[in-house]
Formats: sequence, structure tokens, C-alpha cells
Amino acid sequence: MVQYLLMKIFRALVTVTLIVSAAFVVLRLSGDPAIIILGPEAPPEAFEAFRRNWGLDQPIWVQYFKYFVAVAQGDLGNSMRDGRSALVVVGERIPLTLAITLPALFIKLAIGLPAGVVAALYRNTWVDRLIMMLSVAGFTVPSFVLGLVLAMIFAVWLGWLPSGGSDTWAHAVLPTVTMGLVGAAVIARFTRSAMLEVLGQPYIRTASAKGLLWRNVVRSHALPNAAIPTLTIIGFLVGSLVAGAVVVESVFSWPGVGRLLVNAVANRDLAVVQVILLLVGLTMVGANLAVDILYGIVDPRLRIKRLQAGS
Amino acid sequence: METLLSIEDLAIDFDQGKRFVRALHGVSLTVARGEVLGVVGESGCGKSITWLAALGLLGSRARISGSVQLNGQEIAGAPENDLAGLRGGRIAMIFQDPSSSLNPVHRIGRQIVEALKLHRGMTGASADAEAARLLDRVGIANATRRLREYPHEMSGGMNQRIMIAMALAGEPDLLIADEPTTALDATIQAQILDLLTELRRDSGMALVLISHDLGVVADMSDRVAVMYGGRVIEEADTGSLFDSPAHPYTKGLIAALPDIDGPRRRLESIPGTVPAPDRLPPGCSFAPRCAIASKICDARMPAFLPYGESQSHFAACVKCRDEKPAESARLSGNKHVLVPA
Amino acid sequence: MSALLQAKDLKRHYEVHIPEGLFGRKASLKAVDGVSFSIEKGRTLGLVGESGCGKSTTAKLVLGLIPATAGTVEFAGTRVTARHDAQWRAMRRRMQMIYQDPLGALDRRLPVITQIAEPFEIHNPEMLAAERTERSALLMESVGLRPDMAMRYPHELSGGQRQRVVIARALALEPDLLVCDEPVSALDVSIQAQVLNLLDDLRERTGFAALFISHDLKVVRQMSDRVAVMYLGRIVESGLPEEVFRRPQHPYTKALVSAIPTPARRGKRERIVLEGDPPSPVDVPSGCSFHTRCPIAQASCRNEVPQLVTSGGHAVACHLVNAGAAPAAQAAE
Repeated sequence: MVQYLLMKIFRALVTVTLIVSAAFVVLRLSGDPAIIILGPEAPPEAFEAFRRNWGLDQPIWVQYFKYFVAVAQGDLGNSMRDGRSALVVVGERIPLTLAITLPALFIKLAIGLPAGVVAALYRNTWVDRLIMMLSVAGFTVPSFVLGLVLAMIFAVWLGWLPSGGSDTWAHAVLPTVTMGLVGAAVIARFTRSAMLEVLGQPYIRTASAKGLLWRNVVRSHALPNAAIPTLTIIGFLVGSLVAGAVVVESVFSWPGVGRLLVNAVANRDLAVVQVILLLVGLTMVGANLAVDILYGIVDPRLRIKRLQAGS
Repeated sequence: METLLSIEDLAIDFDQGKRFVRALHGVSLTVARGEVLGVVGESGCGKSITWLAALGLLGSRARISGSVQLNGQEIAGAPENDLAGLRGGRIAMIFQDPSSSLNPVHRIGRQIVEALKLHRGMTGASADAEAARLLDRVGIANATRRLREYPHEMSGGMNQRIMIAMALAGEPDLLIADEPTTALDATIQAQILDLLTELRRDSGMALVLISHDLGVVADMSDRVAVMYGGRVIEEADTGSLFDSPAHPYTKGLIAALPDIDGPRRRLESIPGTVPAPDRLPPGCSFAPRCAIASKICDARMPAFLPYGESQSHFAACVKCRDEKPAESARLSGNKHVLVPA
Repeated sequence: MSALLQAKDLKRHYEVHIPEGLFGRKASLKAVDGVSFSIEKGRTLGLVGESGCGKSTTAKLVLGLIPATAGTVEFAGTRVTARHDAQWRAMRRRMQMIYQDPLGALDRRLPVITQIAEPFEIHNPEMLAAERTERSALLMESVGLRPDMAMRYPHELSGGQRQRVVIARALALEPDLLVCDEPVSALDVSIQAQVLNLLDDLRERTGFAALFISHDLKVVRQMSDRVAVMYLGRIVESGLPEEVFRRPQHPYTKALVSAIPTPARRGKRERIVLEGDPPSPVDVPSGCSFHTRCPIAQASCRNEVPQLVTSGGHAVACHLVNAGAAPAAQAAE
């Protein structure tokens, strides 16, 4: 088990390294930060100074090497835009993002899980069809479209809620709901298929044959088993708490990590982009590990076999 | 003998989306107190769904008609609450694949205690003690320790013992065993069959043994019903069924079975295949495969009539008996007997 | 008479990881652990035993589908290896296999006639299309499939018909050896008899030898000239089917034979019921691997592995049975 977890962590670190390297190459080759930040009209001396200052005049592989040495020493670099530590720049945005992604996660689970279970229990009835129709609609419509539609209805027509910004709690409602609904659609679909799979298992028939009422069969035999595959997708959602709001934050001008990422990419502000990518990678890895450990708790088949004396 | 369960004219139609397909065509069977009824037939003959339907376990896609009486009380179409009370209580059931018939995420103990709580109102330490006693009863050593284990930690044979222990929890009058040893190895099958015999002798419960294996059914049963194409086509006490089978299908099944004793002989096979439920021939459903079938067999389904001297041997075949079939309108209390044309 | 197939001291061990303790431990799963037998031209050897006894692994070793850990297989005087080179492929033409699950052995996307003709295409590419079709049609007829079934797909046929397709394909190149691994276990009783009779007829007509594997003693007896009973990777008894099943010597065979319920035996059986489950092939008991379940085991059975001892064509690996008998070097001949 320990070996297994170490292996997982190692693999995740390799993945994060690859992502960070790819981002480095793409950002460095796709535009000159000096021109973008200083503007094309700036004097040539200013460009020279900026480039020298940030080490941009060196060959790209030297820059890459230096970057990794710095990261290994715990120095994640400074933002090219305002010179502050990239870690601080990103860090101050995290609470803002969590302010919408955490409630959104709650909505996803609160709507998606029961909807999926109900759809499975009433398979092929109008209830199931309605839920699946909404679910398909929910994850085929891109979140920016849903966001714009919601903004149109509640901000422009009804005027109940602000369409963008972050001044009051009311500003958080539309982005949260947008994300929540899209996520709920995905969870509902996933939960339904997990539940259907379980309901077809022989032990469900055994539970009925034992004399349990159907609702108790569902509660104590079907749900615990259906929870096992559903954990995977919940883990994925938890892993995307930090960076899963890029599109929605842009649509509603919410100043979270997602929007910072978009701006940082546009400015070729490498240090900031890399910090965000590392953050995303680490939350994903953390969530995956948590899911693996939870699997072991929920599914006794994966638990370490106890040493047994005799038999 | 006192009738425990009687099924009369049970029919099942399955909703196939656009249409209903009849899988069971009016089956009548009785189980007396303490007796062993063997139900034998090939896949798709309806031997399992008959009993699942009787207990209301077929789900909403099945439309069921006919009567099922337990001790003279109608239970077909009874409210779900009443049926649930019977299941695992008066009537318990065990299944073919024991390892997947137990819930993988719950401990053995919890699954047995659940049945004890439902049917005998036991909880806590007394339920645990009773669960351990039941495991002991079905021949599982170290019962208290086993209660804390999970199904995947045990072999198929052990899991079937656990299923049996769980079935015994409600002290049933009738145990329905659906292919209980089909997934098990020969030596384990022998263990389970012996266990069932022993438990039955001690508790006096009746047993319905559903199996495709003629040997198992012959070995265990007092009486045997042979099913084909969603109907019972022959029924008799075990001795006369195997010594003087009436229906050509029963004869064919027996002749198709290789022996373990005696001289080797060429097997007699039944030509053709079992017809699909939605493509049954108009008359006797076995007629297309039958060596002695004639025109009359294609005309309509033969009546289920007494065969030979015995008043307890019935067969649904026009050709199997001498020219004149016995004439009687109603022979036993719960069988519809049609007078042949 | 020289044997067509000769297996000598075949072993197949798997390295397995047991999740035990902090890091687990490595162990050796002895699927097949020293099996010797031979099959003469045109004869059938039945291999019988419960799940996990190594009978299917033996089949794969015989065909060279997996490499042996130790021991040799010789087919018509040539060593069978798991190196899938030209020589192996040439040999494989003469050694065909039938599995339990015909649907899994067939390609769902091709009509059955194409699949029956496949061996001709692979091993005899210069054969003309017309001849191929004609030979395939003849094969279909010989296994009792109607000509109108030629263009059907596997899922449009019943289980018995599919197994006939598999048999037709296996016999296309007129093999000298047919390995049948539980060929009728998935079939209903009435269909089982059809397929067994078919195999019998075809064998009579074409004269192939067969290794016939089944958990069903009755089926094995029906089909075999000789039988071998396996337990935990070893043959514990072998001989003529009448001998072995009528007068079983090994306590395991005795229990196995007595455990079979048949209509004829009803009521008058004296069943020997073995206790417990077969041990895992990872933890094979020391000495005689059957001693943990043996009703007559003695202290000595725990220490020494019994050898197969032949007397009058009937071989038994049991200390108690063989006490006093002269040891013989060879296994089932």
C-alpha cells in the first residue's frame, strides 16, 4: 500500500514537471513578454534593460535550466508585471476562487447525486428521461453560454443580480450557480450509470429475497456500492476547485485564480502561470490520493488483507 | 400431504419495450410441507422465473397473472409490505453464484444479522450470537471470527454456506434453491447438497431445487417437474419420472446424459435447439424436435394429463400414452386438467 | 507405437504478489507442477479435475501458447516451444484447439463461412477462392450446419451451433491433435450430447487424437480412451476410464467419482464428502498435496510427495495405495 502510494506520488510529480516544462516552452516561444508588457512603442533601451533584468537575453535552455534550479530551491520567481512574488500574487486570489467553487461543489453534489440516483431507480420512466434530458443539456452547453444566458435573464432582464464584479456576495451568485449546474449534470449522469450497474448485481436480488423493503435495499445495499465509482468523479471535482473556474471567472469578471491565469498567459507572465499550474497539479494529485485512500475505506476488497493465523 | 405453496396458472409476460413476450404459459405446481420438489429444464425454460415471480422479485418489467397461495392464502399481487415479510421469512431463496450474491462491502455478520432483525426482531449481542450459531450450523468453523470477514475473503462453497445460513435466519417453511451448486466444483457441490439434506431433515422445511442437472435433481427430490418452453411438461415422483419417463423430452434429456457407471454407449441427442420464447410453435413446443411428433402435436398444446397407473404422474404429450388417455376432469385439487378433444 | 504427443514433467509456475503485511510478499503459484503424459495417434486422453487444478494451463503448455517453467512437450517427435516461429506455426496447423466459450473464439463481425475458411487463407494462401468455399461448405455439412447458415454471424446462431462452427474451423486443416478445453460446459444437456456425438463421429472419420479437458467426469469418460485426474497441478491417477472411474484407487478420485449425482445412482449412493476447499495453488501443502482433505491420510503423507506408480496400465500417486507396489519411472503411457 505504502509502495503503491509512493508510486502514485512519483507519477504525479512527473506529470506536473511535464506540464510545467510544456508551459515554459509554449509561453517563451509564442511571444516576447517585453513587448507585451512595455508596449511596442517603448524605447529600445527599455526592452534591453527588461530583457537583461529577467534573463530573457539568454538561450532558452539556459533560462529553462535556471528556472528549474530556482524552483528546486523553493524560489518560484516574481511576476514580471509588478515584480511581486508570484506566490503572493497567486495566493491572494485563492480565497476569491474558493468563495465561488466551494459553494458550487456543494450545488453539484446536492443536485447531481440525488438526481442520478432517482433517474436510476426510475429507469425508463418519464422521471428518468426528464433528468437525463436536463443532464445532457447541462453538459453539452458550454459553461460560458450558460453563464451568459443566466446573466441575460437575472442581470439584464430581471435586474436581480449583478452581471459581473466581486463587490458583494450577490456578485458571487451567478458564477456559483453556473458552475454548480454544469457540474451537477455531469455527476447526475455518472451516478445514474454507477447506480444502474449496482442495481443489476445479484446481491441486490439477495437483499430483496431476504425480505428488505425496496427503499432499504437501495439505502443499505445499492448506495454504498454505487458510491465506490462515484468517488472518482467527486475526487476530480475537488481537484479542480482551484482552477476549474477559468471560463466562469472570465465571463463574470470574477478576480479569482482563473482570471489571473488568463491575464498571466496573455502577458507571458511566466512565473505566475507556472505557480498556478503547480497549484493545479498539486491539488489534483492531492485529490487523487485522497480518493485512493477513501477507496480502501469504502471497498473492503481493496483493503490490505490482514495477516491471518491458520484458517 | 398438506399443501404449503400452490402456484396455479401462473403466466409471465416481459415488457420488451414495444411488445410483451410471454415467458411463462400457465404453470401450476404445488409444494407440500417438508417435501423436495425438483424443477428441471434447460436454459430459458422458465424454471427460475416461476419462483421469482411467485415472490414478486421479477421487477416492474414483468406482468404476472395467475394465483400463488401460501397455506391457502393468496400472495400473488399482495402489497409489497406483505410480500417482503414473507421473503426470507416463510420462504427463503438462495442463488446460483454465491460469491456475487453477497454484498461485497458489508461484513458477513451484518448481512446475516440484517435477516435476523427483519424476521426475528433480534439485535445486538443476541443477534450476533445467533448469527454465529447459524454459521456453525452450516458447517463454518471459527464462526465468530468469520462474521467479521467479507465475502471476497471466502471461497464459493463457503459463500454458499453463508447464503444458506442467511436463509435459515428467518426459519423458513420453504427454501427455494436456484441452481445452488452449478457454480461450484464437484466435491464442494457434494458438501452443499449434503448440508441441504441434513438441514431439511432437522428443520422439516420444504425445498424447491431448481437445476439443469438431472443428477442433482434425481438425487435430492421427492417429486420432479420437468419444464420446457415456459410450461411444465411432465411431473411425477422421482422414481417414476426416471424409471418410466413419459414425455419424449424427458426421455431425451435422460438419454442425452453420459453415464459414469455401466458400459459406455452412444449418447442419444435431441436434435435442434430450444425455441426462443417469442418463437414458440403453435402446438406442442417440443414438437419440432420430437421424434414421435405427428400432425396432432402441431395443432394445439397437449393437455397435462395423468400417465400410467400412478395418479401422481402427469405429462403434457398426446403421443406418449396408449391410444386412450385417462379420462377425468379434475384429478388433484390444484391442477387444471383439460379433457382432450 | 510412438506417441504423437509426449509431455514430460511439465511445470508452469507463476510469480505472484501477495498483498500481505506492509509490502506484500512474492510467492510462486504452481499451476502445473510436474505433469507427464502421452497421447498416441488417434487416441483421446481425458484430463479431469476441479477448477484451479491446472488442466487448462496444461492445454496451453501443450500447444506452446505459454512457455513452460520446466519440462518438455514433443509433438510428432519435434519439441514444442513457445517461440512462435515458422516451425511452431507449421506445427500449430496440426494442433488445433476448441474452447469453452465459442462466442469468444469467433469474430462477431464476420459471417461464419468466412471464419471456417480462415485457416485455408492463413496456411494455404495459394488455394483458389472457389476451392476454399467448397471445402468450407463441406466442413459445415460435416459438423451438421445447414448451408443457409453460412452467411450468418456468430450472434445469430445458438450456442451449440457456434460450437459447431468452432469445431469446423479447427478441423479445416485436418489436424492430428485437437485440444478441447471444456468444449461442452457452456451448453445445455440436449445440445451437449449433440456436440459430444459430433466430436466422436468426426474423430472416427478423420482419426485425430485429442486432449479432452473437462470438470465433468461423465463427459470425460464418454470421450476418452485414457483419463488422468489432476489435483493441484499434478496427475494423481490415470488409466482406462472404466478402470479409473469404476475402481478408483486414489482417495481423491474416489471422492470425486462418488460425488457425482446421476439419475441411475439415486438413493443408493455412498457419497464420500471431502471436507473444506482445495488449497490455493500458491500454498500447496507439503508432501502429498491432497493430505489436508484426505479421509485416510497418515503422518507420512505430509512429508513425502507420492510418485505415480503404474500397475497394469493404472497409475496412482498415493503412498497408501502404492505401499508395496514397485515404483515405475513413467507416467501414463
